[in-house]
Amino acid sequence: MSDDPSRGHHKVFLGMAAGVGKTYRMLQEGRAELEAGRDVVIGYLEPHGRAETTAQAAGLEVVPRREVTYRDTVLPEMDLDAILSRAPELCLIDELAHTNAPGVEHEKRYQDVDTVLDAGIDVFSTVNVQHLESLSDQIADLTGTRVRETLPDGVVAGASEVMLLDITPEALRERLRAGKIYPAERIETALANFFTPANLTALREVSLRQVAEGIEARRNPHGTIGQGPPVQPRAGGERVLDTAAPWAIGERLLALVTPRAESQRIVRRAWRSAQRLGAELDVLWVAADEPDAEQSEQLVALRKLCSVLGAHLLIEYGDDVAAVAQRVARERGTTYVLIGTPAPRSGLRRARTPLPDRLLRLLPGVDLRIVADRSRREEDPR
Amino acid sequence: MKPPWRDAKAIADRDRAAGDAPRILFPFLAPALSRRALDAALRLARADRAVLIPAFLAPVPRWLPLDCPLPRQATAAVATQEAIEQRAAGFGVPVDARLERGRTARHALMRAIECERYDRIVVAAAAAGAPGFAPEDVAWLLAHAPGEIVVVRPDRDDDLLELDDDEPETRGPTVAMPVAFS
Repeated sequence: MSDDPSRGHHKVFLGMAAGVGKTYRMLQEGRAELEAGRDVVIGYLEPHGRAETTAQAAGLEVVPRREVTYRDTVLPEMDLDAILSRAPELCLIDELAHTNAPGVEHEKRYQDVDTVLDAGIDVFSTVNVQHLESLSDQIADLTGTRVRETLPDGVVAGASEVMLLDITPEALRERLRAGKIYPAERIETALANFFTPANLTALREVSLRQVAEGIEARRNPHGTIGQGPPVQPRAGGERVLDTAAPWAIGERLLALVTPRAESQRIVRRAWRSAQRLGAELDVLWVAADEPDAEQSEQLVALRKLCSVLGAHLLIEYGDDVAAVAQRVARERGTTYVLIGTPAPRSGLRRARTPLPDRLLRLLPGVDLRIVADRSRREEDPR
Repeated sequence: MKPPWRDAKAIADRDRAAGDAPRILFPFLAPALSRRALDAALRLARADRAVLIPAFLAPVPRWLPLDCPLPRQATAAVATQEAIEQRAAGFGVPVDARLERGRTARHALMRAIECERYDRIVVAAAAAGAPGFAPEDVAWLLAHAPGEIVVVRPDRDDDLLELDDDEPETRGPTVAMPVAFS
């Protein structure tokens, strides 16, 4: 989200699929703003022949589209210059992920929207969740349908407001059957292919999760370190979160690693657990010093692994691993900690409290799992 | 049961090996891995007292950023790397796994070669229906990669360490990938 006060306010209407009512709601809110005395125009509208949507646009000024000729075809596009010249207070722009025809100022519509916002004009826009770059692969796997038009997650994450248009899968199918989304000849095909209950349920889950993660990111904008939820002490040592700031909604895993080859196994095992739980995974190395050459090499490998897995690699400096892990776990809302098998205790280490014992004491209510070294299983005396 | 000092010594030996030992890069592609090629790499590693670096090469579709998470390929990578580690443990070979992304398999291979320290590369060539690198990729490797390169041509009846590429990623519990280690 931009801190520039001269920049326009961007509100995104996010949906799980076509037909949930994003454009309708955008127009409805635009009309309300108009009625409140603001200068509102439609910068671009794609009603898809839906009568309800077209009716909702009535009375709103429309900035005429420009026509772009590409390979002997005339394509209607949003007229960015005309919007900037008209300079309304609020501009409604449909289909944020749209790819512009060649020859237009920007390749993508979200870039046009960025320019409009830079001009100090507020924007309402719409997009479906499957257009977000980071989700397109996952959603293609879930639904069997890949969208070609994507936009960086940062566009939605950076919006001033995101409103999720949520509707049950059955209600959406009912709207489809009633001819409110597609013309009659496309209804049966849509019901049998993309708009199946399974697809819509998965898309709904992804949408809800996306918005929930956005809320968490706003609450804790610096990647969470030092920005955790307030914690109130309670009699008996039990920690409770401030009820005014609800924190972890689901599970969140924290894997403690060191920059060694063996740590990759802990990350992999933690990721599998995170997948089963539908949880986020944080990977933490508590470094006593700057990494040496060998550790740096291992960190590069760990970073790549975490990046592919979608896990968050954190490096914190400190001498007390358990204390740092406790702080990070509190800040991230961790519910589950994974560690590798502790090295055999010898010499002075025998006098220290083992790490698992310390973690259990410092993190009451957090599950602790010690990841076994399966490569040594054959050595076990069984 | 081994006394604790024996375990400590074994770990120390392994750590030392991981730091100073020769390194054998073993790049491979999903969805299947030739067991014989892997065994050949492991035999070489054991003979050289070397560390095996199995590098999972993940092609990233052009419509996605190169550094974006790849949950589907990650599932295959995690299952394969764990299977390789278990097999390597049977050979007594330490493993230092890698995962490299690229726009194509060859691009990922090029990045792996650029990023990794290694003394030798072992690759499986695709032949007779066995999984591996295409002849043009092998030729490219021979022309461009420094160091010793061992190209293994798997047998027609090679046992595969196979990952089911058709299995859709689900939101529910992860299903263990079938691994054909008999």
